[in-house]
Amino acid sequence: MPMPEVISADNVSFQYGDELVFSKISFAVGSGEFAAVIGANGAGKSTLLRMLLGELAPSSGAVRLFGRDVRDFRQWSRLGYLAQDGAAVGVNFPATAEEIVTANLFCEIGLMRFTKKRHRDKALRALERVGMGGYSNRTLGGMSGGQRQRVMLARALVGEPELLLLDEPTSGVDEGASDSIFALLSELGSERGLTVVAVTHDVAMASRYASRALCLEYGSLVELGREQLAEELTHRHRHARPGEIIPED
Amino acid sequence: MAILTHGFMRRAFLVGILLAVIIPCIGVVVVLKRLSMIGDTLSHSSLAGVAAGLILGINPIIGAGAVCIVSALGIEAIRKRMPGFSEISIAIMMSAGVGLAGVLSGFVKSAANFNSFLFGSIVAISGFELKLVIGVSCAVLLVFTLLYKELFYVAFDERAARLAGVPVRAVNFVFTILTAVTVAVAARTVGALIVSSMMVVPVACAMQLGKNYRQTVIGAVLFAVAFTVAGLFIAYYARLKPGGAIVLLGVLCLISIPAAKRAYASLRKHAG
Repeated sequence: MPMPEVISADNVSFQYGDELVFSKISFAVGSGEFAAVIGANGAGKSTLLRMLLGELAPSSGAVRLFGRDVRDFRQWSRLGYLAQDGAAVGVNFPATAEEIVTANLFCEIGLMRFTKKRHRDKALRALERVGMGGYSNRTLGGMSGGQRQRVMLARALVGEPELLLLDEPTSGVDEGASDSIFALLSELGSERGLTVVAVTHDVAMASRYASRALCLEYGSLVELGREQLAEELTHRHRHARPGEIIPED
Repeated sequence: MAILTHGFMRRAFLVGILLAVIIPCIGVVVVLKRLSMIGDTLSHSSLAGVAAGLILGINPIIGAGAVCIVSALGIEAIRKRMPGFSEISIAIMMSAGVGLAGVLSGFVKSAANFNSFLFGSIVAISGFELKLVIGVSCAVLLVFTLLYKELFYVAFDERAARLAGVPVRAVNFVFTILTAVTVAVAARTVGALIVSSMMVVPVACAMQLGKNYRQTVIGAVLFAVAFTVAGLFIAYYARLKPGGAIVLLGVLCLISIPAAKRAYASLRKHAG
């Protein structure tokens, strides 16, 4: 039985001024899938994500979230989002991890209503789930990049979204922390049936944890399964000169 | 206490404390949104409204309020169009406000009255102004309390707040109006040139000591109240301008906090 589509894009094109970023790309992401979006710098990965967030409108074609055109989509609480600069946001902001995570429960708390203990408990559980339970009273300024990113992940997860969109979730994070963040995302996917779409430069991580990849290249989109992703990675290593650093694009 | 036997001083304390409660509430959000100079811009722009009020024969605070609201909305509109350069919006509105104030002040007959708005005259508050300060303070405090979590989230991360369902545009609009009204009222009492310091200095002090957002808000209010009360006492006995005394006391405290923190840490180290 086919999985219900959480995201679908039909013949989507986008251009910034005269520059065509991608042309007539189509793809679908089903419920519970973990899809990685890969591609070179400037290929349009973050643009695609911003389109899914309703911040950019496609030049042509249609993007749908949960079957509804993204331009008419209003149920943003069904979606969690982790920004590319997530770990850098609020470094100097005088707020604790608990305050930041609780803030994302806005829909549950309501406009002009006060946060209650049950909301704070929920935020604490989200922090515990990402391994940051002991840091609830700390400000982001006193944490490492990886820890801050986990707090931001807790914030994205606290509202129990059905879809999680991540823009470079491991940028500015060391390899060990990257691996544990991807492992956690993969676990959450299978545990809660969460659909995860992660833009990443890290092909190695994508091949290890994502079920497939949407590869943006020269304005078009190629879908790669897990085996093809592994092949792509092997190909890059084989063609690297001794001592050359392989760009993880 | 002799100081409190004078009606004008009791009134000054009441107005000063009310403003010391609401200005840092606005200031926390302004500072955390990286728009610290907004108070400066609005207070300078308010002078155009003061001048217009004096020329047209209407209460200058009403004129200042109207110009502040237009300036604040202008800043917000420019900030939206140039999101990466929010400070430009402040500079543009500041130039426009000062330019207009400069031109209009040439038509004001009573220069002394106009000058009283530059440095404030907290000890010369009329009955109407007292009622206005009480009304505005209650309204600002009520709206700030009701929108506490919304303002926190918009200041922390506007994009995430929008995705979480916060009506960001409406919250920003309400906050802009609150800021404008607060600055207009405060300009008359502590003075247009000193409002922005009152908005930023207590918050900067609290940020050095607060361990979370709530503590920072409460700390900023407590610092501002302490500066105001102590500043009024010092001004009365040393015959100084109250607005200047309040702000200088705040700046002195801000400079002393890091040294005090170092001394405290060193004491604890020796004790431990």
